[in-house]
Amino acid sequence: MTLLAEKPSTPSPVRGGMLETAQIGRSFPAAIRKLDPRVMWRNPVMFIVEIGAVFTTVLSIVDPSLFAWIITVWLWLTVLFANLAEAVAEGRGKAQAAALRAAKQDTVAYLKDGREIPATSLKLGDVVVVEAGQVIPGDGDVIEGIASVDESAITGESAPVIRESGGDRSAVTGGTKVLSDRIVVRITQRPGESFVDRMIALVEGANRQKTPNEIALNILLAALTIIFLLSVVTLQPLAIFSKAFNAAAPDTVALDGNGVTGIVLVSLIVCLIPTTIGALLSAIGIAGMDRLVQRNVLAMSGRAVEAAGDVNTLLLDKTGTITLGNRQAAEFVPVDGVSPADLASAAQLSSLADETPEGRSIVKLADLGEREPGLMRDTTFVPFTAQTRMSGVDLPGRQIRKGAASAVMKWVRQNGGHPDDEALEIVDAISSSGGTPLVVASMMSGEPARALGVIHLKDVVKPGMRERFDEMRRMGIRTVMITGDNPRTASAIASEAGVDDFLAEATPEDKLAYIKREQEGGRLVAMTGDGTNDAPALAQADVGVAMNTGTSAAKEAGNMVDLDSDPTKLIEIVEIGKQLLITRGALTTFSISNDIAKYFAIIPAMFAAVYPGLDTLNIMRLHSPGSAILSAVIFNALIIVALIPLALRGVRYRPSSASALLRRNLWIYGLGGVVLPFLGIKLIDLLIQFVPGI
Amino acid sequence: MAGWLFVITLVLALVAVYRPFGDHMYRVVTGTRATVVERGVYRVVGVDPAAEQTWGVYARSVLAFSAVSILFLYAFLRLQDRLWLSLGLDPLPGHLAWNTAVSFTTNTNWQAYSGESTMGHLVQMAGLAVQNFVSAAVGIAVAVALVRGFAARRSATLGNFWVDLIRITLRILLPICVVVTLIFMVAGMVQNLSSGTDVTTLTGATQHITGGPVASQEAIKELGTNGGGFYNANAAHPFENPTAWTNWLQLFLILLIPFSLPRVFGRMVGQNRQGYAIAAVMAILAIASVALTIGFEVHGAGTVPQAVGAAMEGKETRFGIPGSAAYAAVTTLTSTGSVNSFHDSYTALGGMMPMINMMLGEVAPGGVGAGLYGLLILAVITVFVAGLMVGRTPEYLGKKIGAREMKIASSYFLITPALVLIGTAAAFATGNNATALNVGPHGLSEVLYAFTSASNNNGSAFAGITVNTPWWDTALGLAMLLGRFLPIVLVLALAGSLARQKVTPESEGTLPTHQPLFVGMVVGVTVVLVALTFLPALALGPLAEGLS
Repeated sequence: MTLLAEKPSTPSPVRGGMLETAQIGRSFPAAIRKLDPRVMWRNPVMFIVEIGAVFTTVLSIVDPSLFAWIITVWLWLTVLFANLAEAVAEGRGKAQAAALRAAKQDTVAYLKDGREIPATSLKLGDVVVVEAGQVIPGDGDVIEGIASVDESAITGESAPVIRESGGDRSAVTGGTKVLSDRIVVRITQRPGESFVDRMIALVEGANRQKTPNEIALNILLAALTIIFLLSVVTLQPLAIFSKAFNAAAPDTVALDGNGVTGIVLVSLIVCLIPTTIGALLSAIGIAGMDRLVQRNVLAMSGRAVEAAGDVNTLLLDKTGTITLGNRQAAEFVPVDGVSPADLASAAQLSSLADETPEGRSIVKLADLGEREPGLMRDTTFVPFTAQTRMSGVDLPGRQIRKGAASAVMKWVRQNGGHPDDEALEIVDAISSSGGTPLVVASMMSGEPARALGVIHLKDVVKPGMRERFDEMRRMGIRTVMITGDNPRTASAIASEAGVDDFLAEATPEDKLAYIKREQEGGRLVAMTGDGTNDAPALAQADVGVAMNTGTSAAKEAGNMVDLDSDPTKLIEIVEIGKQLLITRGALTTFSISNDIAKYFAIIPAMFAAVYPGLDTLNIMRLHSPGSAILSAVIFNALIIVALIPLALRGVRYRPSSASALLRRNLWIYGLGGVVLPFLGIKLIDLLIQFVPGI
Repeated sequence: MAGWLFVITLVLALVAVYRPFGDHMYRVVTGTRATVVERGVYRVVGVDPAAEQTWGVYARSVLAFSAVSILFLYAFLRLQDRLWLSLGLDPLPGHLAWNTAVSFTTNTNWQAYSGESTMGHLVQMAGLAVQNFVSAAVGIAVAVALVRGFAARRSATLGNFWVDLIRITLRILLPICVVVTLIFMVAGMVQNLSSGTDVTTLTGATQHITGGPVASQEAIKELGTNGGGFYNANAAHPFENPTAWTNWLQLFLILLIPFSLPRVFGRMVGQNRQGYAIAAVMAILAIASVALTIGFEVHGAGTVPQAVGAAMEGKETRFGIPGSAAYAAVTTLTSTGSVNSFHDSYTALGGMMPMINMMLGEVAPGGVGAGLYGLLILAVITVFVAGLMVGRTPEYLGKKIGAREMKIASSYFLITPALVLIGTAAAFATGNNATALNVGPHGLSEVLYAFTSASNNNGSAFAGITVNTPWWDTALGLAMLLGRFLPIVLVLALAGSLARQKVTPESEGTLPTHQPLFVGMVVGVTVVLVALTFLPALALGPLAEGLS
């Protein structure tokens, strides 16, 4: 399965896929098919270019000239390049969809009542039996049994996962394969609406809905297009009047007694209307979704991706997202009269057989190096039980125990010891700092037992999270930690991780209430979740990312699914959402700024023959009216191709404040948009002036 | 030197009154206590001052009030010979009455007639001057309604039009006009109901010296950015603008309300710095325009201007180049349209400046109210592009600029250019440009100027073109009507849409709209959009003439 890019292990800034030249070649037929006016009219800006191209084609046939034909060819190329951008963006998704389809082979469903039907005719509520080696025929919940399932077709993760009835691991996905055992599954999808079906539709960009910002931008572009159409069309009576006033002026390719020639009028319109952004707009949107898919996130709608860019508040689960999954030993605190080394030694001995992450971390923290040989002979390990609430080791002549304070103290007392208050004070201090204390006690044979000290276990914040949250803050996003811990513990971890707020002892209802409160204040909230009880909160959040390991209820409620089930992904999703909007804004600015240079090329070219003074505006000193107009048209077409990689990759995005972002993008795309076409048009003019007759 | 002094003292005076006068207007439009007079008016016209209006009701109130105003004024003009103080003048022909009625109701004050030979005193006072007051108040009311939309949180209503209209007229416009009228009378303006005096001049010829309620009309003409002169010569006439210092005072009055309204905006949205930002955009554009106009006139090309040292043709010697050029710029930067010199006689590029000022949409600082709402619309469009560039759904003052807001804002900025361009093209296509005195680029400028002035509700004339023909009266009347009320309806729709929204709290990720960067960007967007729209037409008019 090639769907999945390598799973990023550490959070990294957003990158996009690169554009391959071969892809352009493959997309060419699709680009030509898109010339169909029924397809084109959905993109009003480019549709007008196409109408213009048809018009100049007719004019070129009726009254052929080299100039007319070159303009016509380049107008068609402009349309084609726009289609190419879209086709390339779609092509990348199509390759992924094809791979998904292959996985969705002709599966047979074995109904519980014994019938065999094709998987495609499964209905909602059907109950099927799946045995080892069979492919699960559709999305559903396990209602009976437990099985290991290979979900690599969806997630790309080769390690099998356990799916069992009841609880939060009951959801199975159609197209995945049962490796062992037998499960009974109730189908929860309608025919043709399975997860894989939706994935295919998403990555293919089929029935892609325009997102709210895209619609708003389209309105602005349409308005600009109308303005420029008006300003060019209404120019005609004025041009006729001007030419008549100075009838002695020679006719040019641009202007004769009938006014501005049709070819030049169309050229002017095409150069002025925002073709650059118009051509790339849908490619930007498709590529944005694609970037998410490359990160193994499936967004159920483009709207959700856009909302991710707007998020004000991120709700993050503590465990697994902010902290490593388990508590780690951080410190040994001995009581008076015990050396730290003795405590460390005892703690390590008691944990040697403890396979829990906590136990391992104690051994690692003690780090006593080699022990004298023979020490471990005749030792008996005492395992942890729920009754004793402690574990330990019995060495020849010595017993060591570690565990919860009350349990260990009881053991000390039972063995003749008189625990002093000092150990309890340490325990309280650790508890109040948000840590978990484990008391270590030992008993030499013949002596009373005594407490040696306390192991401080604490939640360890994942490396790099603090910086990540600082970054979020610079972007104007508040991070909120959700945890089941008590407020004291939660507060300690929250301040260590650097989150802005926390929600302690959080129940699903608390989460939902918190989200609603934030939204009341006008904020947009993003969260991740996996359990069924997360579903209401996921549905309420503006961006709800369900983990793929989660229940179908959670996946149904969220508007994105993370196939890697990595809650940290939320941060990347936000960045991709922002990058999508920035790319649109930057290219719009660029597109409009371009018009200034085009005016300086075309206006003198049209009218300098009638009013020689207007040649002052020809600051690029372009060769002739024909070459000037042609250069502008060619530049206008080529800039689309040149910007396809940028549209697909997205504008570079570094988390920073809005002012810094605006300043940077304004310089690059605003000023760049003003300057670049002057250079580009001049350069093209230098080349095409050698074409005879231009 | 005198020119600099003129401009600098004007700027300083406006800076000085920005806060106190802005705060006064803020109290007027947000206050709830009614005076005895106001309560009386409410009772007579049957308004419940506590009743809030939705944007639709507010818009219908504006339209209904304006429609009645137009009909009333039309009837007035058609029947003036049967009323008092008509000075024996004839009623206006239908097309001229329509044009004039629309013109004064839309705050345009385009005058296709000459005042002294067309209008009696009663029409001047009870017809035209009344509209000078209320059309100005309508503009301010609409701007205030838009600002309420920004300031509101999840509100369905925008205030009450009738209350706004009455309060603005009685508390802002009227008191200042009373004081200014007295000052103008002291300065030597005429203020009587005389039908004029015939005197015998030194050469023995008989001259008719007119009289009339000039000073009172003059005060609201400037304060309300109306611009309709009592006399044909407008502010070039010694009775309308006797001295250099009344010239200064008139410019101050023109700019007073438009430049102080951003303060009201800042106060109402609870962030004064937002008001400063908007005022800064206005100031940058205005100062640049005034400087360029004076520059073009002082250093005008051509044999005569260079021999004389400046382009003095069509200008009054008592004002000089700076006092005239600054007036030309200010009157077109606002929607005033009164003139103290003849724009048609300006150098080609100097004459292009008033045109560009109007094409900017009259936002720097624009007509009373109209300038603020026009600039806020441009700010919304800027916010949209800038907001995308910072990676968020664009928001202005916590209000999201989505598809609906963009639809309204885009339509707004389409309207005036469309009216100007279609009107100009239609004049040429139908041959009605023939009434222009000139041919070639200057003739084109005369036609372009007329439609630019009417569609933007400016009312100044380039002159040099006969516009009192049925075609011109009708076409320009339509341009004025559509150029005024379509934008107003859209502005109120935007206000309604914004008012319904909740407010997104500001964060580091929010585009700051009070910093120099944003101010610069609004200036840039305003200039670039206008340049891109009108450059082809300007190229064949003033640019063709000026660059040759």
